[in-house]
Amino acid sequence: MLKLSRVYKVFNAGTPNEKIALTDINLHLKPGDFVTVIGSNGAGKSTMLNLAAGTMRPDAGELRIEDKLVNSLPEHKRSRWIARVFQDPMAGTAPHMTIEENLAMAYKRGQMRGLRFGVTRAKRDMFREQLSRLGIGLEDRLRAQVGLLSGGERQALSLLMATFTKPKILLLDEHTAALDPSRAELITRLTDQLVREQQLTTMMVTHNMEQAIRLGNRLIMMDKGKIILDIGPEQKATLTVERLLHEFEQISGTKLSDDRVVLG
Amino acid sequence: MIPDFIIRAIELGLLYSLMALGVYITFRILNFPDLTVDGSYTTGAAIAALMIINGFAPWLATLAAFGGGMAAGAVTGLLHTKGKINGLLSGILMMVALYSINMRIMGTPNVSLLRETTLFTNISPMIFMIIVVILVKILLDAFLKTDLGLALRATGDNPRMISSLGANTDTAKIIGVSLSNGLVACSGAFVAQQSGFADINGGVGMIVIGLASVIIGEAIFGRMTVFRATLAAILGSVIYRIVVSLALRVEFLEASDVKLITAVIVVIALVFPSIGRSWSEKKTARKRSAELSREVPERA
Ligand SMILES: Nc1ncnc2c1ncn2[C@@H]1O[C@H](COP(=O)(O)OP(=O)(O)O)[C@@H](O)[C@H]1O
Ligand SMILES: [Mg+2]
Repeated sequence: MLKLSRVYKVFNAGTPNEKIALTDINLHLKPGDFVTVIGSNGAGKSTMLNLAAGTMRPDAGELRIEDKLVNSLPEHKRSRWIARVFQDPMAGTAPHMTIEENLAMAYKRGQMRGLRFGVTRAKRDMFREQLSRLGIGLEDRLRAQVGLLSGGERQALSLLMATFTKPKILLLDEHTAALDPSRAELITRLTDQLVREQQLTTMMVTHNMEQAIRLGNRLIMMDKGKIILDIGPEQKATLTVERLLHEFEQISGTKLSDDRVVLG
Repeated sequence: MIPDFIIRAIELGLLYSLMALGVYITFRILNFPDLTVDGSYTTGAAIAALMIINGFAPWLATLAAFGGGMAAGAVTGLLHTKGKINGLLSGILMMVALYSINMRIMGTPNVSLLRETTLFTNISPMIFMIIVVILVKILLDAFLKTDLGLALRATGDNPRMISSLGANTDTAKIIGVSLSNGLVACSGAFVAQQSGFADINGGVGMIVIGLASVIIGEAIFGRMTVFRATLAAILGSVIYRIVVSLALRVEFLEASDVKLITAVIVVIALVFPSIGRSWSEKKTARKRSAELSREVPERA
């Protein structure tokens, strides 16, 4: 479904600020894979997602979606396959537009946008039904401005907007990190539910080890621009936080001390 | 009875209201203060005047003015998006370039239409403009609710989001700036026909008048929905003209003071809401602190 082969990314090459963000990344997501990604700050997790989504271009290597080479395809042309939810709850929705207008824009993901009305009666019914699955009462507020919603509500809406058109690939970058614990738990639960129901191929960056172990069928750990650990379904079923920490020390030779990695 | 000068002010406000709608599209929807307006307004007047004195039907001349404005706006949009030139600078460059182009179109700095048949030869500007403005508002409101219109609004509101949903924000900006200047040029064409001439300097200061109209309208009618925001721009344009005509009846003010008055209106409208907001914030904060201090027991 999504394949990264020998991918490199270097920022500010040739200047004193040169930063090698990714080296020799090889990753193959099969249809229906739900991969959680952990790793310390600056490991290159976001960069990897940005390359997949097309907001950045790799400096070397190949990116393929369904076997099609997409290296030079800009973000807005990849959105046909790829949906994203960002860390910032403000990033995924348009604040001065209504809930139904936001959903209407997401409904047209990757399609031509013409001169038909974005919100029709039929679509409104569909939006209401989809929103009710979130279980937070947004279905009664279709015409409310999104800017009036709380961070958690906006993130739930972003998640629905990213998933309800069944994209081929879903990319989540610490999408619960900016929320308080109870809201984060709600979004985590919704993520699991929506991904399972539609069997979306998903890559989810998280700084919460417990969450990374609990969700998905595969876990990768990154450090200094490399994938240092790739754990498949069988091993993942019996994985614990302690073992994960131990593995990290074994491979990298340092203790995982980054305080942004939460144990659970 | 409404005094005559007020009636005339309302009529002028309607003639200029399409320009205000154009400024609303760039300034508010796209978040892009577009200075092309000063040039494209004159382009509209110039194209309409040239075509009318050459015997074309006034409605065709007006339509051509709309097209000319759209073309000018599209160039500004291209400079900004594809040429990656700062938005303000793109508009200024286009405004300056249009001065020469407008001069080429008109051939002389001033073209008279006094003996020509115009849109307003057989119908009063007031009635005609009420119909046109209502039609344009209905069409614009509808457009802003289409899939393309939603993408346009989101481009100003959250470009990153709409781009991740597959819309090309460059294209959306070009379409928006183009449509905006088309409307501005229409106003130019209307005013030229109503006043009986097109002047090479007719557009000077138009952007500030457009901003004043949009801001006055919003202050009074709000902008929560598209319907309200476009209504506000139109009525803002009318109220602006009434305010100016009232100001000019003050003994010591001269016609040339209008531009200063306009700038002052814009400054007041921009400054007061933010002062008001920080006042009310401070007031609430003081009240909260007072409440908190009451909850804390006095130390002996
Ligand atoms: N746009 C950029 N310009 C320069 N350096 C960047 C940029 N984006 C990321 N980096 C650098 O690349 C490295 C990887 O960053 P990132 O992918 O954001 O890490 P993570 O998401 O794992 O915390 C970091 O050292 C970061 O400073
Ligand atoms: Mg990151």
